[in-house]
Amino acid sequence: MGNIAYDFQIEKDDFERAGEASSKIKKILRQLGIDSGIIRRVAIAAYEVEINLVIHSLGGTISISIDPKSIMIIAKDIGPGIENVELAMKEGYSTASDKIREMGFGAGMGLPNMKKCADSFYIESIIGKGTIITMKMMLKDGE
Amino acid sequence: MTVKEMCEKLGLRSLTGECGMDREVGGAYIGDLLSWVMAHAQRGDVWITIQTHTNIIAVASLLELSSIIISEDAEVEEETIKKAVDENIPVLVSTQSAFMISKGLINAGLGN
Repeated sequence: MGNIAYDFQIEKDDFERAGEASSKIKKILRQLGIDSGIIRRVAIAAYEVEINLVIHSLGGTISISIDPKSIMIIAKDIGPGIENVELAMKEGYSTASDKIREMGFGAGMGLPNMKKCADSFYIESIIGKGTIITMKMMLKDGE
Repeated sequence: MTVKEMCEKLGLRSLTGECGMDREVGGAYIGDLLSWVMAHAQRGDVWITIQTHTNIIAVASLLELSSIIISEDAEVEEETIKKAVDENIPVLVSTQSAFMISKGLINAGLGN
């Protein structure tokens, strides 16, 4: 299996389509015959990062690349950036509005869920510039 | 138990016709916080919730849940039903509370 890469554009506030990129990612992995446990972890992480882009960012992209040893997800947005990353990583902490919470989002579980699902998780955020989240999941034979 | 059998036993009303009725129900999960459901619900589970917007279909599809039960007759948006049919996720409605639905599921042999 060679390297495979895809990019998905995510629009701010597009709740109607939120989850579509994650669905596509999942379908790609399934076609590649990736282990179902790893697909679940990638699907959860991709969904959470996609929802985060829809709710909190001004828009961005999710890129996925698959090589024989690992799956890498990189989410990059164009702002506004996270004020306190340490706090944002805390379970239950959310800056989502009441309206968003009524829809069942904004539980403050997004970033912690991503971290749990990934073998490595890295977040970098600059106010006024944007946030980059890099997640890597090792494939079984690549460990 | 299949989704169809579950509908008959619990008197659930399907909003998605015959779509996904042959799916096997493996367990159940109750929750209205999507990230919480995302982290904990298992493949094959029936998900009991009062959330009705389109994104519940994305969650159910990504987790390969067997079906969704909307409790207490909450009104489901047309767009959600359309998406559910596209993704082959049965959306079922109950007049009962999540607690009473769970009781029905346990009585039907789920989780034993």
